[in-house]
Amino acid sequence: MGIMDQFLQQLINGISLGSIYALIALGYTMVYGIIKLINFAHGDIYMVGAYIGFFCITILHWPVLPALVASMILTGILGMLVERFAYRPLRSAPRISVLITAIGVSFFLEYTMMYFVTPQPRTFPSVLEDAAYHFGPFVVNNQQIMIFAITIILMAILTYIVQYTKVGKAMRAVSFDTETAQLMGINANRIISVTFGIGSALAAAAGVLVGIYYNSIDPLMGIMPGLKAFVAAVLGGIGILPGAAAGGIILGIIEALVSGFISSTFRDAAAFAILILVLLFKPSGLLGKNTNEKV
Amino acid sequence: MSVLLEAKNVSKMFGGLKAVSNFNMTIDKGELVGLIGPNGAGKTTAFNLFTGVYQPTTGIISLDGQSLAGMKPSQITQRGIARTFQNIRLFSELTVLDNVKIAYHTHLNYNLIEAVLRVGRYMKQEREIEDNGRELLKIFKLEDKAGEIAKNLPYGAQRRLEIARALATRPQLLLLDEPAAGMNPQETKELMDMIRWIRKDFALSILLIEHDMSLVMGICERIYVLEYGSIIAQGIPDEIKKNPEVIRAYLGGEA
Amino acid sequence: MNALRKADLKAIIISLVVFVVLQALLSTNSLDAFWQLNIILICINIILSVSLNLINGYTGQFSLGHAGFMAIGAYTGAVLSVNFHMPFIVSLITSFVTAAIIGGLIGLPTMRLSGDYLAIATLGLGEIIRIVIMNVNYVGGAAGFMGIPRHTNFAWAFFVMLFVLFFIKNYVNSSYGRACVAIRENEIAAEAMGVNTTKYKVLAFTIGAGFAGVAGCLFAHTFYIIHPSSFTFLASFNYLIMVVMGGMGSITGSIAGAFILTTVSALLSNWPELRMSIYALILIALMFYRPQGLFGNIEITSLPVLKRFKGGKQK
Repeated sequence: MGIMDQFLQQLINGISLGSIYALIALGYTMVYGIIKLINFAHGDIYMVGAYIGFFCITILHWPVLPALVASMILTGILGMLVERFAYRPLRSAPRISVLITAIGVSFFLEYTMMYFVTPQPRTFPSVLEDAAYHFGPFVVNNQQIMIFAITIILMAILTYIVQYTKVGKAMRAVSFDTETAQLMGINANRIISVTFGIGSALAAAAGVLVGIYYNSIDPLMGIMPGLKAFVAAVLGGIGILPGAAAGGIILGIIEALVSGFISSTFRDAAAFAILILVLLFKPSGLLGKNTNEKV
Repeated sequence: MSVLLEAKNVSKMFGGLKAVSNFNMTIDKGELVGLIGPNGAGKTTAFNLFTGVYQPTTGIISLDGQSLAGMKPSQITQRGIARTFQNIRLFSELTVLDNVKIAYHTHLNYNLIEAVLRVGRYMKQEREIEDNGRELLKIFKLEDKAGEIAKNLPYGAQRRLEIARALATRPQLLLLDEPAAGMNPQETKELMDMIRWIRKDFALSILLIEHDMSLVMGICERIYVLEYGSIIAQGIPDEIKKNPEVIRAYLGGEA
Repeated sequence: MNALRKADLKAIIISLVVFVVLQALLSTNSLDAFWQLNIILICINIILSVSLNLINGYTGQFSLGHAGFMAIGAYTGAVLSVNFHMPFIVSLITSFVTAAIIGGLIGLPTMRLSGDYLAIATLGLGEIIRIVIMNVNYVGGAAGFMGIPRHTNFAWAFFVMLFVLFFIKNYVNSSYGRACVAIRENEIAAEAMGVNTTKYKVLAFTIGAGFAGVAGCLFAHTFYIIHPSSFTFLASFNYLIMVVMGGMGSITGSIAGAFILTTVSALLSNWPELRMSIYALILIALMFYRPQGLFGNIEITSLPVLKRFKGGKQK
């Protein structure tokens, strides 16, 4: 395989991986945009989503799409419950308290899950037949097509919700200025809850897709992708939805290129190096605007 | 009298917005000068330029003949400009005495080893600032509140503490940003006496931003009037009171 | 001010008594091997939490990369002991210097960031340090560094810990510490008071990183083997939790936090999953009911009860 072919192939792999990051990053960025919380538990929500999908497929013998939808709904509810019981009581507490609580929720989800499903990785059943298609120099397999398609559909739905529905407008209002939004008659608590629900549902979709793509899930699978997705959100400009999507894809591509051309052990380091460079040189992210503190 | 602070043709742009333009000001040693103007005229921006929070887009600010260009706020404080803030910025979780002790920072010169082993200059200097700090609090009628947490002080006392803290840096020029904001007439009157007295006793120059005209006209020797980022008038209080430009800026429209 | 010296003296005497009692317990084998190890671990964790408190609690700079600096110290110490046969004290000091230098170099650019951004950047830097170590074959790579002599005994751990506590206590009660606290309280006002905020932030970061390095060196010489997976950001979380649990800005709090969490961890070590779930619930409950931590920003020596006890009016 020539270097160019290899490059193109890594590009495809990168976009698949990046789509997953993008789906998780959307939830991160929505939550950060609305309550300024780095929700460290978001990666674990994604893990729970993967397990729910796994059980729907293996135990209930559901086809993949109903399993995906069920996982999104149940995980969305889980996200709302976490917000309701762990974060809402701390709405006026110092930021660090909420952050530590998020770390606590993260540990709780990971190890409670581990208690029930054991730390052993599970093999995700192959729900799609292995088939690869050649488009000129590109080789794309079934799983990748499914990831692209579902990611694009979900992003389209999300864009519709945020831009055109009443809830979406309220979400944007609350993230812009919670107090004023409340004065306009918006129930901020409900909107925050919905935001967690939507974000968690997207993470659940990412979880199921990762299961299909890599065939393996485990209770700690959410830690790294969770962090990476945060990097993606920062890269695109935290709080900005298209930024999170773009950041996720870019990060996925860079990681695939680093593992393809340098070494897969430096994959994670590359992600963090990007994070630090972005923070130092353009902390508002690729699509963000700079703001100054008033003295 | 010799010039202490001089601002020459200073302007500051935020993006396309001119916050301050073609700003000229001199403050002599020992002078008490007022800076007034409608809301949003750029008064606090001028303070931020003098104290290094912002760097001027064009023009030169100098203290005692030395340019302040490129200096960080802490360096400018070390050169002798101290300030208070419009929206009080105390170290709110610390005690009143600690607030003042922090301001002596630049006058302590013991090193890390002396600090950690508590030897050499450490003991002597720490005792000095403790005594000086209490002395200073006495002047501002805060001595019996030395151990209280700053945020628990009444509003007027917080304003006084901010001035005390600024003085502890031992400035040549003190910038007061709306010192009488939120004070009642009685407190304002006391504040006026205090400002006069500080200027004399600490032998420094004062520049103050204030909306309370009785205070400004009552104590300032010279007044600058700022509107839309430009100086529209300057002079002694009686001239300013009669200046048609100033009346127009404050009352708006005709005249 | 003589009262301060007297208080120091008292603290030293109490520490020595504690040391003699514990050492007696160890020498007479009254504690089993598991607890012997945990006592050393408590000392190491106290160093880590107190040094992190200097950065997070006193200076208000949210760092999540402490395990990275610990790793630098651990590997530096291990290499010096194993490959260069240096005396332990030389390893310890070099660990401090190396971790402090790298901490300072990292601190210089990152201290421009604040809040969440700083937290996530330090987390990333800690991970980068770990991944780089993982890829260096000279120190064993991902398999870990083996055959480290077991130099760390209770006496070493205890007295190094005592030194660190003494250093940080005096540091925070000097103009250096006041500058840190001023930065935490209001950075703009701190600058206006003549505090070079960048300098003091980087200094706190450097010293904190250095002592984390020392803790790493002690850690490496406790277990024969060190492994990159001991220094993930989850370990950094752990030290952060100790600090928050004890109270940001309280040395007493950090000691208590490290002691309690290390002990709880040890007690629950037979039920690893349950341990972490309980741990998580404790953490959440703490944030709900006592977000300022056990001690807030108060030291045990300034509690009203003890003040009366000593009859002094010193701070």
